[in-house]
Amino acid sequence: MSDTKSSAADVAQDATASTVATDLQDERLIHNAGAGGAVRAFFTRVRGGDLGTLPVIIGLVVIWAVFQLLNPNFLSSTNLVNLTLQCAAVGTISIGIVLVLLLGEIDLSVGSVSGLGAAILAVTFVQQGWNPIFSILLALAVGVAIGLLYGFLYTRFGVPSFVITLAGLLGFLGLQLWVLGPTGSINIPFDSFLVQFAQQWFLPAWVSYLLIVLFVAVYAWQLVSQARRRTAAGLSAMPAGSIIVRAVVLLLLLGAAAWYLNLTRGVGAMFVFFLALVLIFNYALTRTRWGRAVFAVGGNVEAARRSGIRVNRIYMSVFVLCSTLAIVGGLLAASRLAAANQGSGGGDINLNAIAAAVIGGTSLFGGRGSAFSALLGILVIQSISSGLTLLNLDSSVRYMITGVVLLLAVIVDSLSRRSRRAAGRA
Amino acid sequence: MTLTSQPTTERSRPGDHILALRGVGKKFGAIQALTDIELDVHAGEVVAIVGDNGAGKSTLVKILAGVHPPDGGTIEFHGNKVAIASPADSKQLGIATVFQDLALCDNLDVVANLWLGRELTHNASLDEVEMEKRSWTLLRELSAKIPSVRTPIASLSGGQRQTVAIARSLIGEPSVVILDEPTAALGVAQTAEVLNLIERLRERGLGVVLISHNIADVQAVADRVVVLRLGRNNGDFRVADVSSETIIAAITGATDNAVTRRAAHKTASTSIVTEASE
Ligand SMILES: Nc1ncnc2c1ncn2[C@@H]1O[C@H](COP(=O)(O)OP(=O)(O)O)[C@@H](O)[C@H]1O
Ligand SMILES: [Mg+2]
Repeated sequence: MSDTKSSAADVAQDATASTVATDLQDERLIHNAGAGGAVRAFFTRVRGGDLGTLPVIIGLVVIWAVFQLLNPNFLSSTNLVNLTLQCAAVGTISIGIVLVLLLGEIDLSVGSVSGLGAAILAVTFVQQGWNPIFSILLALAVGVAIGLLYGFLYTRFGVPSFVITLAGLLGFLGLQLWVLGPTGSINIPFDSFLVQFAQQWFLPAWVSYLLIVLFVAVYAWQLVSQARRRTAAGLSAMPAGSIIVRAVVLLLLLGAAAWYLNLTRGVGAMFVFFLALVLIFNYALTRTRWGRAVFAVGGNVEAARRSGIRVNRIYMSVFVLCSTLAIVGGLLAASRLAAANQGSGGGDINLNAIAAAVIGGTSLFGGRGSAFSALLGILVIQSISSGLTLLNLDSSVRYMITGVVLLLAVIVDSLSRRSRRAAGRA
Repeated sequence: MTLTSQPTTERSRPGDHILALRGVGKKFGAIQALTDIELDVHAGEVVAIVGDNGAGKSTLVKILAGVHPPDGGTIEFHGNKVAIASPADSKQLGIATVFQDLALCDNLDVVANLWLGRELTHNASLDEVEMEKRSWTLLRELSAKIPSVRTPIASLSGGQRQTVAIARSLIGEPSVVILDEPTAALGVAQTAEVLNLIERLRERGLGVVLISHNIADVQAVADRVVVLRLGRNNGDFRVADVSSETIIAAITGATDNAVTRRAAHKTASTSIVTEASE
């Protein structure tokens, strides 16, 4: 299957019902066999407006190249290690934003909710002397409760999520200030496991390589077993050559990245935690019935309802996950800062979390996106921030540039939606 | 063929009397949308329901689909009196309805749309392989022309979308399929495609209720045509024995012709009912 000589026409002509996989028998299908075919299929998809993660990856490469030219320290191992640690908190919040955007909804209150989480942690753990585990559980429970409230208001009264969460933005900011009380700022002890986890814990080099090997092995095994099952079912399957190439490329990319980070402090535990969340939510979105229902509701609520999907439960679950992830992000941010104060969750956290999801390629129009958007989008935003800091430019410039990047992402989203329409893939 | 993981319910044999409506009525406020409606559907039979705008066709469909409960009359399913109080009841009985707005998810592919809400799983994750395989089996049995089941629905033609919507209704192994104006928005070739598909449904032994505006389509595939006029039965003909003029006369209310035929048919259909209940 992997020879590049055989043109599409040849394949189509040789095709007889008995030798061709079930899904490739229609004579109108353009067969994209071999490496050349894969490239052709890719360009057809891109022209049809199915851009996926392509724009953000190109954007990231451009941003990195520009900053590296302006300041040779930008791509240093030290700076990249910092970058990974800066990504984790807001990136985690952004995963929740991806989920609500997939439904075609929005949560504007994630910043306030994350600040509330930080305040709850600091007050109960530091001031009241709780076991930090209970503090974390309480904060998470508050996140769940907030999501349930949003979901209830949305499904029961049909209030637009934009308005509900705008009210939440104010309300939970107030609650955060009230929880913090007159103290205003609370430091979290450096020797607590939270701060250790966020600031000090890095994977030993060998562990990072072992994890990568295991991850790639699982990935390759999935592809192999899927190919086997497809062949057994009489469907076209990914050729062994492709699987090997993919696995090797992934192994080399991840291995090189880990090696480069390991030149200095290495791969931070908090970053690994964030990556694990991205992978978990990617699995949930693409491989479970719940994920399928989320996409269906985002694509056409009425169709989802008529196919028996309990639409209200999907809304509820997504609002709960989004608020809870916002709390988790707040806990990570407080741990990294070793403090919670009145500014926790404020500033640009809210908008960065939302911008990251959109920059990463999740559509504002619902039904299109991926958990990886959170990772790629936050890398873009933090790269800009880190690069400008290295250039000694203050936040005024950072806000303006991030604003422009967000605008570009939204334009790309709208344009690709338009070309999907034109190509009949709306 | 079992499309779902549940055991297949007993299939009806050709000629079985699946559905019988007697004296069904429906009032919306001051509007009596349906009055004293009778309708019979047998296995392996295509029954067309025709009528002018506002005749009550969609209301009748909605009663069978469980969207509106009827005000009066009885509905018998396989000889048992039933109440269809909700869409779930309707599905449970084995009535599949394809509404005029197809309600497909444009952002999902054909397989995902076919199995939406009843996805198969394998080790707790979606069993894409099995779903794709069974999708092909089903589409092949329907001789459906879908080049790839992995393209998003949005890239399909109107006829192909209609095909997917109809195929989806079959996944629950229904015994009656109701199609509300399936060819209304389609071109000539696509209409032919959908009419072919309706023939396949009949060959599978399903009872098919076809709502249509188009007399030519009705004459092409239906076995019987039931005319509604102002919410009442206004004729029930065997398509083989009736001219399009007669049908049109019954639709528009030039009733002298239709009434006699209806009266003639009434005796015939009563004898069918007695036969079936024996
Ligand atoms: N939900 C409703 N509320 C009030 N009146 C309705 C409703 N649905 C249908 N009707 C009325 O019932 C009559 C029959 O409508 P309908 O069944 O849609 O006709 P058809 O589908 O044959 O064109 C019309 O007069 C319509 O206005
Ligand atoms: Mg109608």
